[in-house]
Amino acid sequence: MGLIYLDHQSATPLHPRVKEAMIHYMENVFGNPSSDHQVGHPAAEALDQARTQTAALINAEPKEIVFTSGGTEAVNQALKGVAIGLREKGRHIITSNIEHKSVLNSLRTLRLLDYRVTSLDVDAYGLVDPAAVEQAITPETILISIMLANNEIGTIEPIAEIAQIAKKHKVVMHTDAVAAVGNIPVDVQELGVNLLSLAASQFYGPPGVGALYIRKGTPVWPLLDGGTQENKRRAGMENLIGIVGLGEAAAIARGEIPERQVRLRALKDRLEQGLMARIPEIHINGHPTRNLPHLLSVSVEYIEGESLMLMLDDEGIIVATRSACASGSLRASHVLIGTGMDFATAQGTLVFTLGRDNTAADIDRVLEVMPGIVQTLREMSPLYKKSGN
Amino acid sequence: MAYSPIVMDHFKNPRNVGEILDADGLGEVGNPVCGDMMSVYIKVENGVIEDVKFKTFGCGAAIAVSSMITELARGKTLEEAMKIKNSDVAKALGGLPPNKLHCSNLGADALHSAIKNYLDRKAGKIAPEAEEKELHLKEKERPGCYCPYCEKKVEEESPFCIFCGQEMPHDHDH
Repeated sequence: MGLIYLDHQSATPLHPRVKEAMIHYMENVFGNPSSDHQVGHPAAEALDQARTQTAALINAEPKEIVFTSGGTEAVNQALKGVAIGLREKGRHIITSNIEHKSVLNSLRTLRLLDYRVTSLDVDAYGLVDPAAVEQAITPETILISIMLANNEIGTIEPIAEIAQIAKKHKVVMHTDAVAAVGNIPVDVQELGVNLLSLAASQFYGPPGVGALYIRKGTPVWPLLDGGTQENKRRAGMENLIGIVGLGEAAAIARGEIPERQVRLRALKDRLEQGLMARIPEIHINGHPTRNLPHLLSVSVEYIEGESLMLMLDDEGIIVATRSACASGSLRASHVLIGTGMDFATAQGTLVFTLGRDNTAADIDRVLEVMPGIVQTLREMSPLYKKSGN
Repeated sequence: MAYSPIVMDHFKNPRNVGEILDADGLGEVGNPVCGDMMSVYIKVENGVIEDVKFKTFGCGAAIAVSSMITELARGKTLEEAMKIKNSDVAKALGGLPPNKLHCSNLGADALHSAIKNYLDRKAGKIAPEAEEKELHLKEKERPGCYCPYCEKKVEEESPFCIFCGQEMPHDHDH
């Protein structure tokens, strides 16, 4: 029996057409897009095409897209670029307690450079309150960064509403949309943000390539200094093969999302309802309706997530304990703690992220093996008995 | 992930899981805040650990460590068992990933705590059960991260201390 892969949040397999497009350029195009000769031209054309494809996925203008080495660089570029670009205006930044580490640690660096950061609490569903954002704004505020969809619990934040507040107060608005783009429809005009980060590895493109949307007129100083690539926003010769992969993945996602999100939500519902029916004392995390269609976060009382993950792995079922980027750290997820969950329950959390190849049979297999594994681990747990079960 | 085959074996087929209802000594260490919690039960006859069982809330390494410590302790005299070190457990498991080494502390600490509990009970120092239960469960009071060398407050997950330049140990990943 093949593997049942339910960790698309960590990485997605390359879409066959993405792979084909990348191989084509690997074999046929090696020029520098900046070279104005017949070897450089095909590279420049490929770059243009990928830029148009990526822009179309989020309803942006091609010239508003800057390619990066992934979501992390896009976020770093957005936050540090605005901080430098607006340093004469003010040094206050607003964010939330449940952001990805690329946001948290970019802000860590900015704190060292004497920027002040207000990090907002979220409610039990992980929602940021737009009114709280407005209250936090001071004359010194230059930037608000709130994620579009949370990568651990799937909650979708009211970004359009917050962006409107930002606009009213003339504050730049960035949204980390890495977990959302390619999985749900994302439209920068509807959202009204100035900056948006995305990564190809979330939607069947290659790892190591992403993009930052920079609305025309947004004062973003470059993070990497050098030549004039990417309209002077990101120096260094372009990762053309990766960028072609991102462009192709964006074009495919645009076509597939309407069907895929409906199908995956049905599978997710099957998983959620099946687990609730078969395993007592579990919690479904995140907002009940405003959530990603392919992500299910489940906290299982009395046991620890990694041991559960390892036992499922042994059965050929691949899941995550939480955001893979955080799994090197042994602390409970800052996202779950941010929603008010107690440490012990947060430790017992699994994140299932479904993808385009998953089937109902995959879900049924999880439902078949997981209750037994949970019971085995509970029998082993000193917390289980103490709760009088 | 990089768990050794011995770790995976003890994780998947843990030895001596359970409780001893009429245990002579009980050791409980760790707490769910840290991510691991272990209870060790021992039965002692003529100064020898005749039976030992455990219950553990924790990661794969924590469960494997628990299983291994019970195997190492069984049949040992109390003196011998007190000499089992954390490093002995990690070694017997064929090594542990660096960020999981602290799990091996859990095993030896729990065993030693159970032996002390037995000795204290024998000496009539404590009523069995009771004492220092909920002690650990509160989140650490001192908010933020402090440099262990110059004690200045530093940003979380800093690679090095910006004040004194010392490399920072991983939080919780001893």
